[in-house]
Amino acid sequence: MATISAPARPEPAHAKKAAPKRGTDTPFKRRLPLLPALLFVVAVTQLPFVLTVFYSFQSWNLVRPGSRHFVGLQNYIDVFADSTFLGALLNTVVLTVVCVFFSLLLGLGLAILLDRKFLGRGVVRTLLITPFLILPAAGALLWKTTMFDPTYGLLHFVFGTDVDWLSEFPLAAVMAQVVWQWTPFMMLLILAGLQSQPKDVLEAASVDGAGRWRTFTAITLPHLSRFLQLATLLGAIYIVNSFDAIFLMTQGGPGTASTNLPFYIYQRAFQGFDIGQSSAMGVIVVILTMIVATFALRLMFRTFSVQGGAK
Amino acid sequence: MKSRFGPGALTVATWVIAILFVFPLLWMILTAFKQEADAYTDPPRLLFTPTLDQFAGVLERGFLPYLSNSAFVTVVSTLFVLLLGIPAAYALSLAPVKGTSNALGFFLSTKMLPIVAAIIPLYVISQNTRLLDNVWALIILYTSMNLPLAIWMMRSFFLEVPHEMIEAGRIDGATLPTLLRKIIMPVVAPGVAATALICVIFSWTEFFYSVNLTAARAGTVPVFLVGFITSEGLYWAQLSAAALLASLPVMIVGWIAQNHLVRGLSMGAVK
Repeated sequence: MATISAPARPEPAHAKKAAPKRGTDTPFKRRLPLLPALLFVVAVTQLPFVLTVFYSFQSWNLVRPGSRHFVGLQNYIDVFADSTFLGALLNTVVLTVVCVFFSLLLGLGLAILLDRKFLGRGVVRTLLITPFLILPAAGALLWKTTMFDPTYGLLHFVFGTDVDWLSEFPLAAVMAQVVWQWTPFMMLLILAGLQSQPKDVLEAASVDGAGRWRTFTAITLPHLSRFLQLATLLGAIYIVNSFDAIFLMTQGGPGTASTNLPFYIYQRAFQGFDIGQSSAMGVIVVILTMIVATFALRLMFRTFSVQGGAK
Repeated sequence: MKSRFGPGALTVATWVIAILFVFPLLWMILTAFKQEADAYTDPPRLLFTPTLDQFAGVLERGFLPYLSNSAFVTVVSTLFVLLLGIPAAYALSLAPVKGTSNALGFFLSTKMLPIVAAIIPLYVISQNTRLLDNVWALIILYTSMNLPLAIWMMRSFFLEVPHEMIEAGRIDGATLPTLLRKIIMPVVAPGVAATALICVIFSWTEFFYSVNLTAARAGTVPVFLVGFITSEGLYWAQLSAAALLASLPVMIVGWIAQNHLVRGLSMGAVK
């Protein structure tokens, strides 16, 4: 149950690990096994982005054939003047931050409960990971109907109110479903962290008379910090792209109250058929993501040992 | 660890919390066995005569083609991931080339790119190459979606192969395919299996590409579920049955693989 502890260590180290003393292999031959995967990923993930950039400089609406022409930065100017876009950007940030925070917190709580031996522990763990395993589409429809329905939903039954959650609190309702879906993932990661704590340190703490809270804050939390960072990062990568829940539960509404960027771009492209503008939005999202990801990747490379030396 | 509440009380509390947490899911399973009339009652009905009608209804609605599309796309794309990913993971772990960390960083960075920004060109390309509403478009996309994760994950398993074994094989003049087959694969097989299971989960549950690039012909199970919100009125009981049937394969895979899930989902960072 060791984890990778990686001091920020840039390039060197691979020489010592795999001592490639094969004079017969040319550099090309050694790269050969990597090439197919690399070329495939470049072709399928990078080329579309290049095209997105290209489209973003054009006025191109599919419902007006022959309308396609170069417009320079006009699409970008329009996008920044579009209050729906700015609202969707804000919703995306709120959705991501809130969902990551609450699923992390709940996941931590559940992981702590699971980190001890008790009757039926395996069953409880299996139960708890299941929301992560059902189709997100199924989860979204399930919450829309059986939880949030103002007349027959369980929330109506439990609280006795006729609140139409999806139209009165659309973003909060979507977030509840996303948190429910992602808590198991956080729980699993944090549980792995808890179980990799060195037992002797915990025993020493208890011998020294440290209370449970003290042990938790002084030993467990610092040990968990890398796991929490990793969970935050991976959760954020997926939650930023949330589409299913919004598409199926609220269609971004009412109005644009629960529209996030993925949904808005989808709407502009597939309902508005505005290729130029939705491409411009896509490019802006990529640039924003790259800014955030640069920090994230730096963190990631500290968390993972890229050199493969650590075990 | 000792508990102030005693182990008994804490265990009961854990069970209660777990059941509350998964209650929406348990409720869905219960609803799947109800008649529509029993699904819409206020207060909700706990006692009812269970029926399999809803499952029959789901099959009548033409669920099977979607199921077989999902199965085909999932299996073939997972095979492609392994085919491309195993040599790459080998290159990045056991015979690292110059720029290993750049290559790993590149793979990781593709996971951070928002997929919405690619959907428009992908749609246009699919349309022009007649791959729209074609399972092969999904197979290609799911392979590229899972490959980076799979490479990271398999690399962490490959790093555990004893180095002496590989050196010995090399000295004996084994070529890469032989090395992989005779020496490496037997050691990493459980890790490769776990990787494959994770690819299966992600391909099966993928929503965005399948909803936007497929329709009736190549639609996967999420697309089938979407049909329920556009149909005249919602059939809760039948929707529950469909949601259960659609999720069951992945639930089973996930339950089997739960010990490997963490490592896979964290791209190998956590063992």
